[in-house]
Amino acid sequence: MAAFGEVTTGRKWRWGLLDAAVIAFALFPVLWIVSLSFKTPATIADGNFIPREWTLENYQNIFETALFTRSLINSIGIALISTAIAVVLGMMAAYAVARLDFPGKRALIGVSLLIAMFPQISLVTPLFELWRDLRLFDTWPGLILPYITFALPLAIYTQSAFFRQIPWDLEKAAKMDGATQAQAFRRVIAPLAAPGVVTTAILVFIFCWNDFLFAVSLTSTEASRTAPVALSFFTGDSQFEDPTGSISAAAVVITIPIIIFVLLFQRRIVSGLTSGAVKG
Amino acid sequence: MTAPSSQPGAEAVRVQTGGARRRRPARSEGAAAERRLGWLLCAPAAVVMVAVTGYPILYSVWLSLQRYDLRFPDDREFVGLANYGTVLSNEFWWNAFFVTMLITVVSVAIEFVLGFGLALVMHRTLVGRGLVRTSALIPYGIVTVVAAFSWRYAWTPGTGYLANLFTPEQAPLTDRASALAIIILAEVWKTTPFMALLLMAGLALVPEDLLKAAAVDGAGAWQRFVSVMLPVMKPAILVALLFRTLDAFRIFDNIFILTGGANDTSSVSMLTYTNLIQGLNLGIGSTLSVLIFITVAIIAFLFVKLFGAAAPGSTQEGAR
Repeated sequence: MAAFGEVTTGRKWRWGLLDAAVIAFALFPVLWIVSLSFKTPATIADGNFIPREWTLENYQNIFETALFTRSLINSIGIALISTAIAVVLGMMAAYAVARLDFPGKRALIGVSLLIAMFPQISLVTPLFELWRDLRLFDTWPGLILPYITFALPLAIYTQSAFFRQIPWDLEKAAKMDGATQAQAFRRVIAPLAAPGVVTTAILVFIFCWNDFLFAVSLTSTEASRTAPVALSFFTGDSQFEDPTGSISAAAVVITIPIIIFVLLFQRRIVSGLTSGAVKG
Repeated sequence: MTAPSSQPGAEAVRVQTGGARRRRPARSEGAAAERRLGWLLCAPAAVVMVAVTGYPILYSVWLSLQRYDLRFPDDREFVGLANYGTVLSNEFWWNAFFVTMLITVVSVAIEFVLGFGLALVMHRTLVGRGLVRTSALIPYGIVTVVAAFSWRYAWTPGTGYLANLFTPEQAPLTDRASALAIIILAEVWKTTPFMALLLMAGLALVPEDLLKAAAVDGAGAWQRFVSVMLPVMKPAILVALLFRTLDAFRIFDNIFILTGGANDTSSVSMLTYTNLIQGLNLGIGSTLSVLIFITVAIIAFLFVKLFGAAAPGSTQEGAR
């Protein structure tokens, strides 16, 4: 184990090589699709990792059609609304779980655990039928509702883990110094809770952005089809055109938000995932 | 769905002591207010979760007892358990079940080994720790469909770097065995980082002193791993394995993009989707839904039984 030994140059090199292998494995498919997205139709099948001729044509094509831009708007809207609602509802429940004693608390934790493990396909058939009756099929709320449901366990677990670490005595101290309850919460507790809330929002957004099963089953038109689903139905401008370039370009576009989140919030994503899952 | 029940006696005691410690001197009025506030705050989340999962699953049971095909809505009729007989005697179901189980077991096993290695690398590495952690998060964050397209193109002759390199003569995605291997590869790539992060959190719980003491006592690296690290990490390992197993059992996106279920590579989720969206058969679709639900419940039950009381959530109470 490295921690016990001396830090030698050889040791550093070995770790460096191991790190490089990990990074290469993690990035390989991403780089491959980026490469495809910049290739011209003539060179797309040449199998080269680095494009011989670079082009932006694929990106121009996907943004020319309403097909992709519309689905991108759907994805952004649905994911943002679901995230906002799930984080707020989750925050309320997480505060109660972390700070209050009430009968039924364990039941709530148990139910959210069950939902986290729920086979999502088991809901698709009944929701397909119910949503058609309730006129929610192929609408934004028809996707937002299941997203909130499956994001809530994550939101509750992660936020309650963060809330438990807040020194709540500070609130009392602020009140002793003359702050009202609202002031104490806003000035002292809210800033301490904010990182946990942001972390949760990112995790929930990634979850909604990623979903394919609900989106492909509970939508049927451009009205609510999300970007990953639109991507899977791409056929190119005409049936003789190979859609590989367009699909790759669209895939890169929907990957960009995730890459930005990962680069900016790497630490928070790690702590959110680990605290939510392990410290329960 | 049995949720752990709360014990009224224990709750009352804790309300008293907990209340005295954190809030105001224990008063029964205060405890009642706290209880009301607790319920009030949890109600919206609980209502959404139960309404969107509880009711549909019951409705699904009801639908599964009917002959109900949207293409022939007039033939709708109550048929009892006939749908279950149809599904359970059908080779498509058993094939999909076998494929799903195979993918689940193989991918979780590989992920566990790779994830443990990755967790150790992320935990211990001497150079570029931030860079390793950041790049390991990319597979976790990336849209599964995007990754699946990348793997599909990589293994398609012509567009494929990997196909050209390893299998220049064949199209590996059109052959059942190699298609399943690629599906597992895509699944492992996507979710190993998640496993690694959970295990890394478990590694952080292993006291350094304990490892040092074991080293001083002459325990080798492997011995330290087996008799010090693994026992301390047991809860984290259980959580990681349980979540990943149930998650792998739900596999859908990867198969949808990579093979579309062709050549007997459908998972149970894929089979349900095909029956529902292409077949519009609500009766059979619901039967499949219920069967998958029951399977997942059995898997979860076995896990908790096998690993004993280290189930997630059971450590909840002491952690306040």
